[in-house]
Amino acid sequence: MMSEAPVLSVRDLEVSFATKRGVARVVRGVSYEVAAGETLAIVGESGSGKSVSTLALTKLIPIPPGRVTGQALLGDDDLVPLSERQLLEYRGTRVGYVFQDPMTSLNPVHTIGRQLTEHTRYHLGLSESQARERAVELLEQVGIPAAESRLDDHPHQFSGGMRQRVVIAIGLACDPDVLIADEATTALDVTTQAQILDLVRRLQRERGMAVVWITHDLGVVAGIADRVLVMYAGEVVEQAGVDTLFDLPRHPYTVGLLESLPVLGDLERRDLTAIPGLPPPPTHLPEGCAFHPRCAFRHDERCATERPPLTEVAPGHSIRSFYAVPEEAARAASTAARLPEPGSDRTTDPEGRDDARSGRT
Amino acid sequence: MSEEPLIAVDDLEVHFPGGPRSILRRGSPPPPVRAVDGVSFEIRRGETLGLVGESGCGKSTTGLALLRLVEPTAGSVTFDGRDVRALSRRELRTLRRRVAMIFQDPYASLDPRMTVGDAITEAMVIHDLHGDGKGRRRRAGELLERVGLHPDVAERYPHEFSGGQRQRVGIARALAVEPDFIVCDEPIAALDVSIQASVMNLLAELQADLGLTYLFIAHDLAAVQHVSDRIAVMYLGRIVEQADREQLYRSPGHPYTQALLSAIPVPSPAHERERRRTLLEGDVPSPMDPPSGCRFRTRCPEVFEACGRVDPALQEVAEQHHVACLLHGEVGTEVPRSEHRDAART
Amino acid sequence: MSDQEQQPTDAPEPRGAGLEQPEIEHRPRWRETLSVLMSNRLAAVGLVVLVVMVVTAILGHRLAPYALDAQDLTRRFDPPSADHWFGTDDLGQDVFSRVVIGARSSLLVAGVSVGISMVVGTLLGLLAGYRGGWMDSTLMRTMDVLFAFPVVLLAIALVAVFGPSLRNTMLAIAVVFTPIFARVVRGSVLSVREQLYVRAVRSLGAGDLRIVLRHVLPNVAAPVLVQTSLSLAFAILTEAALSYVGVGVQPPTPAWGSMLSDAQRYMAQGWWLSVFPGLAIFVTVMSFNLLGDGLRDALDPQQRSIIEARGAGAKDGDA
Repeated sequence: MMSEAPVLSVRDLEVSFATKRGVARVVRGVSYEVAAGETLAIVGESGSGKSVSTLALTKLIPIPPGRVTGQALLGDDDLVPLSERQLLEYRGTRVGYVFQDPMTSLNPVHTIGRQLTEHTRYHLGLSESQARERAVELLEQVGIPAAESRLDDHPHQFSGGMRQRVVIAIGLACDPDVLIADEATTALDVTTQAQILDLVRRLQRERGMAVVWITHDLGVVAGIADRVLVMYAGEVVEQAGVDTLFDLPRHPYTVGLLESLPVLGDLERRDLTAIPGLPPPPTHLPEGCAFHPRCAFRHDERCATERPPLTEVAPGHSIRSFYAVPEEAARAASTAARLPEPGSDRTTDPEGRDDARSGRT
Repeated sequence: MSEEPLIAVDDLEVHFPGGPRSILRRGSPPPPVRAVDGVSFEIRRGETLGLVGESGCGKSTTGLALLRLVEPTAGSVTFDGRDVRALSRRELRTLRRRVAMIFQDPYASLDPRMTVGDAITEAMVIHDLHGDGKGRRRRAGELLERVGLHPDVAERYPHEFSGGQRQRVGIARALAVEPDFIVCDEPIAALDVSIQASVMNLLAELQADLGLTYLFIAHDLAAVQHVSDRIAVMYLGRIVEQADREQLYRSPGHPYTQALLSAIPVPSPAHERERRRTLLEGDVPSPMDPPSGCRFRTRCPEVFEACGRVDPALQEVAEQHHVACLLHGEVGTEVPRSEHRDAART
Repeated sequence: MSDQEQQPTDAPEPRGAGLEQPEIEHRPRWRETLSVLMSNRLAAVGLVVLVVMVVTAILGHRLAPYALDAQDLTRRFDPPSADHWFGTDDLGQDVFSRVVIGARSSLLVAGVSVGISMVVGTLLGLLAGYRGGWMDSTLMRTMDVLFAFPVVLLAIALVAVFGPSLRNTMLAIAVVFTPIFARVVRGSVLSVREQLYVRAVRSLGAGDLRIVLRHVLPNVAAPVLVQTSLSLAFAILTEAALSYVGVGVQPPTPAWGSMLSDAQRYMAQGWWLSVFPGLAIFVTVMSFNLLGDGLRDALDPQQRSIIEARGAGAKDGDA
């Protein structure tokens, strides 16, 4: 899967913030890479460091109090040592961003045409008419009907879903190598989310770009990712191909997360297994494994004293734990085990509908 | 099933005024926002009805209208045989003892300047429960313990708690009035995944122990399916389908329900790849100007001529399974001719 | 981006058989407010200065080295010296003593007038904001009219009708300041009224009176307190202005404003006549302003607890 050289390669990324309560170590030694045409999903709960581990690449976090170390290779260029000024050449051009809230990531006082042409004129040196042409093209690509006539509209004249399409168009405007989507569909309704996910999958196929998709929604991950990084308390705790992660999760946290999830179509109504307690604050991380105070599996004394290394349990599948959940338990936790066979899904069976229609007359 | 429902809602409407007329613009004032526009359902004692729909469909407004936290503009709400809309101020207070509410944002729903213990005892003070201050404080401690919090936390302020803990406080406060029925308005939407399960489990546990009845309002169909006995699906101010939780999943009768089910991502890559999706086009129309006839027809993949002409009524398509869709037979009210001209647009 | 806002609240709590408890240290609210206020150095200075001023105003005569009526016509226009720290005036009176004694009337006028306008304004604002509708429109338009009325004109009118007195000065200032409080309170009430927690207590059966007294009022107290300290500053200036034009505090009672007014005639004979009362006004006004700004920060839950609590457990922007 990774035959091509990665477009983005992050090594040992560390991000910390100086706060009143001490140093908050928000990202701790995170490494990942994405190749062209590949989607890497970073999944985690709030405070897991999943957003910061990508925002920090182009210093889209307040610095100071933030501090970033490590390496982030975009092609051959390391982004970490670059100055704010130098980063302008990368933000929005080679790294495109799509943020969560389409209401606030567009400026309400400017037309969307202006917001779309701003980047291309500056970064690609297009003339006004060229930039407008490009903007129309982009809006058409993201599925906005009557694109040309909508250039002079303001953001409030668009619905939430349409606005997120505009935001994606802006993210794509300069043909980035990597598109980073930070909870890009979280604020949207599910039917709109389905539209946007479909759109991103299509655009990725067409353009062959690398996508880093940050989300807390494991359902979205299952539908969009090739590979998945699970983050907890600032570190990667499990890393695997998407099928492996859902069918055979080995880290106690991932297993706990899947077990706590109600799954649509799981009609047996078993009790959900909640993970007890809460994630540790980044200013007061526990000794040893960050997850050990909440861990449901037997742990030896190393868990409380020694930070577990990221170890490979199978090719392309690693976990940061001294204890890999046994395969049998892992399979039982997998969501696939709680659902009917794929394909037997009655909800999309067109027959039921046809019956209903024939009964009409 | 012969038992009287605990709560019965019939043709409920909540319309909000469309705002004042501008002095610069002549003509009629803006039309009202028809947030809830003819909703009917019943909930039996000890049952959980899930009310699901996307933002703006009127599900939360429906919940608020049951307690008259917003005033219904038409229709009726009957709680335990009494007409809620006819209650006097004093009687309304009694109603709010038997019907409690849990809100989405557990931070915003607690007064930041009041300790958690005061917030819980306040509910008892209002209804003069548990005698004096001492008795009330003891009861507050019990309630906190009941929801899994240490009784000592009564001294604490809401901001000292995590989201999940705050939601537990919200639940303890709702229990303080000793209700029969709780309206849960998106109680888990603001919580992290691993915390959601514990709140859902707690609600289930309380229901089993105290015989509570729930209206569980949420946009997350997976969670609704998990906690509910029956599910009602709302779209643009109306219930379009109502069925038993299994029935709704196995044979959804309304094209919107089908689209909703197919749009919800399932945490299983194999299932995601195999799924046939019904992608809906466009956006939900404005509740100020809903389409004539069937409200879903502007986005419906199965739309046909009659949809603009007839406003479909909920009809029984199987036992305890109601669908408001003309595909199941043209049952509904004819739209006056003048109004369905725009039907041609579809 | 709540990742970096993550603050410690809690971890699993083994104590009490699996019962949870926040881990954050618990402190009573007023102590937290005070500690935030005191961590703001300028506000602390302001508070200290004001305490000194108030003590001065209360003790007044006992602190002054010379009696109010002590004149020494042989020592007119003496510059500041060891005997007369702030020099003497045209009648040979000690300027320092007069500034010290004048603190009482200046602070009294400010305190009483702002006190009246705070109480009346808060009540009107609560009524207008909570009831809304015609009550709101009527009250607020009346406030607009009062607010538009020039304070000096109003004072002159009052003095013309009722004769010059301290009471009329206070009344004039109170009338003009009332709308400020009414507006601040109304604005806060409008936003507090829409808060989810108000809806939540309504869902429990709470009546209007309970909601206003227990939930709305405590939550508008902070802006009122801030407005009070800023208004006190402004009231002192207003009193000075009124005394300056002769409709304020009447002689022989010394007040900072009237001292300033008298001093202008003798500008050539002694700079100290105008500088010291002026300085007293400046320092007091400045202190009220510093305290007001500090209070605003210390009392604003947005500034303090909410931000901390938000990132803690509930999902935010991030989740």
